[in-house]
Amino acid sequence: MNPDAAGHFGPYGGRFVPEALMAALDELAAAFDKARNDETFQAELGALLSSYAGRPSPLTEARRFSEHAGNARVLLKREDLNHTGSHKINNVLGQVLLTREMGKTRVIAETGAGQHGVATATACALFGFECVVYMGEEDTRRQALNVARMRLLGAEVVPVTSGSRTLKDAMNEAMRDWVTNVDTTHYCIGSVAGPHPFPLMVREFQRIIGDEARAQVLDLVGRLPDAVVACVGGGSNALGIFTAFLGDPDVRLYGFEAGGDGVETGRHAATITGGSPGVLHGSRSYVLQDDMGQTIASHSISAGLDYPGVGPEHAWLADSGRASYHPVTDAEAMDAFALLCKTEGIIPAIESAHALAGAITVGRELGPESVVLVNLSGRGDKDVDTAATWFGVVSAEEIAEAAKAGVEEPAQDASGEGW
Amino acid sequence: MSVLSDVLAAARGEGRAALIGYLPAGYPSVAGAADALCAMVAAGVDVVEIGLPYSDPLMDGPTIQRAVEAALESGTTTDDVLATVRSVAATGAPTLVMSYWNPIQRYGVDRFAAGLADAGGAGAITPDLTPDEASRADTDWLAATDAASLDRVFLVAPSSTEQRLRYTTEHCRGFVYAASTMGVTGTRASVSGGAKELVERVRRVSDIPVCVGLGVSSAAQAAEVASFADGVIVGSAFVRRVLDAPDAQAGEKAVADLAAELADGVRQATPR
Repeated sequence: MNPDAAGHFGPYGGRFVPEALMAALDELAAAFDKARNDETFQAELGALLSSYAGRPSPLTEARRFSEHAGNARVLLKREDLNHTGSHKINNVLGQVLLTREMGKTRVIAETGAGQHGVATATACALFGFECVVYMGEEDTRRQALNVARMRLLGAEVVPVTSGSRTLKDAMNEAMRDWVTNVDTTHYCIGSVAGPHPFPLMVREFQRIIGDEARAQVLDLVGRLPDAVVACVGGGSNALGIFTAFLGDPDVRLYGFEAGGDGVETGRHAATITGGSPGVLHGSRSYVLQDDMGQTIASHSISAGLDYPGVGPEHAWLADSGRASYHPVTDAEAMDAFALLCKTEGIIPAIESAHALAGAITVGRELGPESVVLVNLSGRGDKDVDTAATWFGVVSAEEIAEAAKAGVEEPAQDASGEGW
Repeated sequence: MSVLSDVLAAARGEGRAALIGYLPAGYPSVAGAADALCAMVAAGVDVVEIGLPYSDPLMDGPTIQRAVEAALESGTTTDDVLATVRSVAATGAPTLVMSYWNPIQRYGVDRFAAGLADAGGAGAITPDLTPDEASRADTDWLAATDAASLDRVFLVAPSSTEQRLRYTTEHCRGFVYAASTMGVTGTRASVSGGAKELVERVRRVSDIPVCVGLGVSSAAQAAEVASFADGVIVGSAFVRRVLDAPDAQAGEKAVADLAAELADGVRQATPR
């Protein structure tokens, strides 16, 4: 669905930013509007997506994994195979082209897991732009590999030590940089969050995921999927794959949020499940907040989902009932992570493992004849350390053992009662 | 005419700019902040701005962030902020709250406006709420401030287009907050040349008083800004004095000393 001219999705979205940024947001919205209908821009973006990012990404049928998902046909949209290892590159290439169109030469970004930061550093290297990535200090520790990748690509990585030292604080710091340097600098937001036009623009740059997948599923199965499943932090990969199916009322849309230790424990990042409407980082949406409207620090084993906000269009899709959102705990996600490794030979990002855990539940509910499309939004190379710690092992052999144990004892059917 | 407008007009009548001083509520404690604010008024601050502590202050630099984080850690609530307003407004100085939008929304827009008015507050400054969103039904800050007879101060910036200067000033009441530079709060060695130009641009489209903030910390800078603006807003420099003080009493004296210096500064300006 499309927002109004000021970026409102129903009561959500809009622009809650300092006046100093309004001119830059107007400039960006105008540049994006022009680019959307500009054949030259679209052709250049299309060429980059195919020759540089490796699109279209394939659709893989996960036959052995499906045995653990009620024998539903589980189809994986392989965004993990994109250059830089996740769906983030789709959006970044679009925004970096817009940066050039606006005559700016410096790009800043926030990053949680580091995937968006790596994608931004990559595109800046390609275009010769200065790149500064803000990353919570806590995240620089748990995603050290991606910090190294960004630095190798020529970006400056700034560890953010304010607040909870995670993604939300990185976003605050990036906003502060932007308001100071907005004449020369584009802020490349990595999710469908932030002030208008970001939620709309990032969705449009990501919708290629669903546009491709819809055609691929029709080609492979001869019909539309019964369900489309994605993980939701800020929500860009989810809207990327949902958008093509919004007009197909029979296709169920499921977003899986990071349930952390369990929503009931308060240590989670399930913003729609456990939050309430509020304003954070420039738009109105669901927010994890206390009675005073202070943002509550989120928790997830997945740095990329560890965010106390969510894109405004998701809030609207949730309220309208078009999509439903459910939490997946750290433990459920890691079980699914291990399962995909062992059954399909694919190491997923822990973010994407939340979608896989959701697909297991959805598959069991919909049954053997059903088709479940899963956005495998990223690869798990960056998560090997986290996974090794989680499974209590340090060597590769031990990781394999742990994964094997997970497969031999598929999750109990009885565990399917909650998402 | 509101109490705020009266004070700004009186300063203008004396051929000087008004001095507007900021501290966040709750730092070093709820009572300590109120005492420091009252001391500022006694030492010559004309108008007071009380910051409502917020977890994600994206317009604020490290000085204010530090004080606000401490205020939140010690459990400062929105009701504490309103109680602080009540104490400070009792001095007779027009007292404004400066708040990011979410805490107001969460408290209840009408409830907050009514509570602020009841505490004797003159109005509020909203750094991340522009009139665009303030006028929407699901925000409706314009209606709430009208109903409670509160002044509402929006910001303009060097990047604001003429159209936006016109639009923003049309919706302000009391004064318009001119951000002197592109950036966040914090003291700076010199006042941006953009400040004077911005004030001149605002004056071409509106008669509303223009007060300048961001980066003013010394009497000399206050004098410079006072030569072209109706008010000089000082925040981080006051907060810095409290942060650096060994105890609350010393902090109170330090902000009073600075207030006195700045009050001299706004009186030394070349008349406009």
